[in-house]
Amino acid sequence: MQRKVVLPGEQIEERKGRKLGSNVYPENDNVFSKVLGITKVNENEISVIPLAGVYLPRIGDGVIGKILEVEISGWSVDINSPYIAFLHLAEAVDEFVDTSRTDLSRYFNIGDVIFCKISKVTTNKVVQVSMVDRNAKKLYKGNMIKITPSKVPRIIGKDGSMINLIKNKTGCEIIVGQNGVVWLKDGNKTKAIEAILAIEKKSHIIGLTEKIEKMLGE
Amino acid sequence: MEELYSLELIKNGKRIDGRKFDEFRKIEIEKNIVQKAEGSALVRLGKTEVIAGVKLGIGEPFPDTPKDGILMVHAEFSPLASPEFESGPPGEDAVELSRVVDRGIRESKCIELDKLCIIPKEKVWIISIDICIINHQGNLLDASALASLIALLNTKIPKLKNDEIIRGEFESKLPVVFKPINVAVGKIGNTLLIDPNLEEEKILESKLSVALREDNKICAMQKQGIKGIEFKNIEKMIDLAIEKSKEIRKLVK
Amino acid sequence: MIKKGIKLIKNGKRIDGRLAKQLRDMEMKIDVISTADGSAKVKFGNTIAIASVRGPRALFPRHLQESQTGILRCKYAMAPFSVDERKSPAPNRRSIEISKVTRLALGPTTFLEDFPKTVIDVFIEIIQADGSTRVAGINASSIALTSAGVPMRDLVSACSVGKINGTLVVDLNGEEDNNSEADVAFAILPSKDEVTLLQMDGLLTKDELIELLNLAKDSCKKICELQKGVLREKYKSE
Repeated sequence: MQRKVVLPGEQIEERKGRKLGSNVYPENDNVFSKVLGITKVNENEISVIPLAGVYLPRIGDGVIGKILEVEISGWSVDINSPYIAFLHLAEAVDEFVDTSRTDLSRYFNIGDVIFCKISKVTTNKVVQVSMVDRNAKKLYKGNMIKITPSKVPRIIGKDGSMINLIKNKTGCEIIVGQNGVVWLKDGNKTKAIEAILAIEKKSHIIGLTEKIEKMLGE
Repeated sequence: MEELYSLELIKNGKRIDGRKFDEFRKIEIEKNIVQKAEGSALVRLGKTEVIAGVKLGIGEPFPDTPKDGILMVHAEFSPLASPEFESGPPGEDAVELSRVVDRGIRESKCIELDKLCIIPKEKVWIISIDICIINHQGNLLDASALASLIALLNTKIPKLKNDEIIRGEFESKLPVVFKPINVAVGKIGNTLLIDPNLEEEKILESKLSVALREDNKICAMQKQGIKGIEFKNIEKMIDLAIEKSKEIRKLVK
Repeated sequence: MIKKGIKLIKNGKRIDGRLAKQLRDMEMKIDVISTADGSAKVKFGNTIAIASVRGPRALFPRHLQESQTGILRCKYAMAPFSVDERKSPAPNRRSIEISKVTRLALGPTTFLEDFPKTVIDVFIEIIQADGSTRVAGINASSIALTSAGVPMRDLVSACSVGKINGTLVVDLNGEEDNNSEADVAFAILPSKDEVTLLQMDGLLTKDELIELLNLAKDSCKKICELQKGVLREKYKSE
């Protein structure tokens, strides 16, 4: 698999019947990049991993959101995206609630932070999130930082190797949302944040895990 | 779904009102329709209707051109003319139109501004062209430029007494020596067309407005529309504008 | 308006020492505004343009939203101190028109349909004006959009061309612009040969115009290489 940095409008390869992944567009028989990013080409698919850009919700993503508004039948949630998500009551509370009598802020109030899952995205980008997931929960008393959403996989590392390394070395509880929001609690947060931002910035360097290990060991 | 219908027709080589692609709608011209103005004209392009009025006033010249008269063009898109127009100060479309018309006239040097001096450095004639859209059924630019030119050709300079204007009495004609004509060429796919009506304007991908003098010199251009134009097609669009400008100029007296 | 007696070309050289078809020294820099999603500064000689991109972001009030596509907004402005006589910072007719043509110059390259209901804002500020400000602004915007990660078909490269003292030239400075016989503002998607900005005023024969357009196209290819260079530089180790 070859990787190279491409700019918008640059030709990646001939299509040769392959699937178009994200951030590419076809023209005649060629495939071009839509963004500044790194190519990901194999025998089945051509795509580009962007080096910048906003988070666009995808079904199944675990994201960290902040309650923006308490409404009649649920909550609007800021998911660090151009699109505000809606959390429906039935997707959030495991008991019968009479909405005509109950102020929903008793469950989630404005400013509360949650780890939730994207459950629905329509073509017109109506987005819903759900708490019906074993990892979903309300997050109490932590700190949040934002990173470039496309860099999230590198923070997590292969099978969670990178994030586990940081957790072990710093003693922090860390949750990484696919939307580029990272939540940290307890432990040596300063060191953990330093490591995360270093990975975001230098995510391309070979032997990064060793470097981060060394950095955290100091 | 009329918009889609007009697009389907164009793909089949036809236009919604049955015109040829290089055919203008019926052009009607009425001169001197406003007696209060020093010059005026009404132009109808099919159902599109535009009035241009020229008022002459006296003012101070610009310091860098102390002996030249001053030209100003202003366009008003009133809600009277279209449900798409809103009250308030001119929006970007009205501003753009007036500036494109202005450049066509100014750059063609059709008005001998140096003959419009009253007292050097102190008093010169100010020519204000005001474009009033009466009905918007597409191609306001060509209609406005044409109405402005005809109004200018029929403008008379008022008499002066002690450097004050005597309204209703005239000294001479405004010195207009060229006839710049604006032709906007629209493009959808590979089809070029002239004088788009309102439905066609909504489906046009791009438009190139070209102002031309009778010696075929190009005096102003403006690319409009939501898509780009392939480099190789620009010359074709200019050629079409040159050809059509001659036809329109015959109507101008 | 041509002032009589101004000689803009002497012995084949222009007032700033350039040859007819020579661009001014250009400088491009990205990430000049930390709060923006993407930003860039472009210098064409003494002309300095800064562009800042924000978005795609939620668009309010809601009635402005388009459910099938995102929208692009552009605002071109000149700083009051950017010209000889102080300029009011309020939008004038010129800046309203330039804002519109800038939007139309950048619109054809952006995949706005990937972001329904959102807005991408492009703010351009001319810090110093010495001719060709709108094209400098478009070049800066194009880099800023790319570095913001906005999906695009191609970069947009722009330059001015014109006729001064009977000679066809590229990249007019302020003095040349004020005294030109004709000038053309031009933008193109360089790898698609698609023209997205074309404004001309002055007097030209068709042959002169076509020659100028070819000159503009070639110059834009050079500008595009500079744009690509500055973007690659940022990610050279990726």
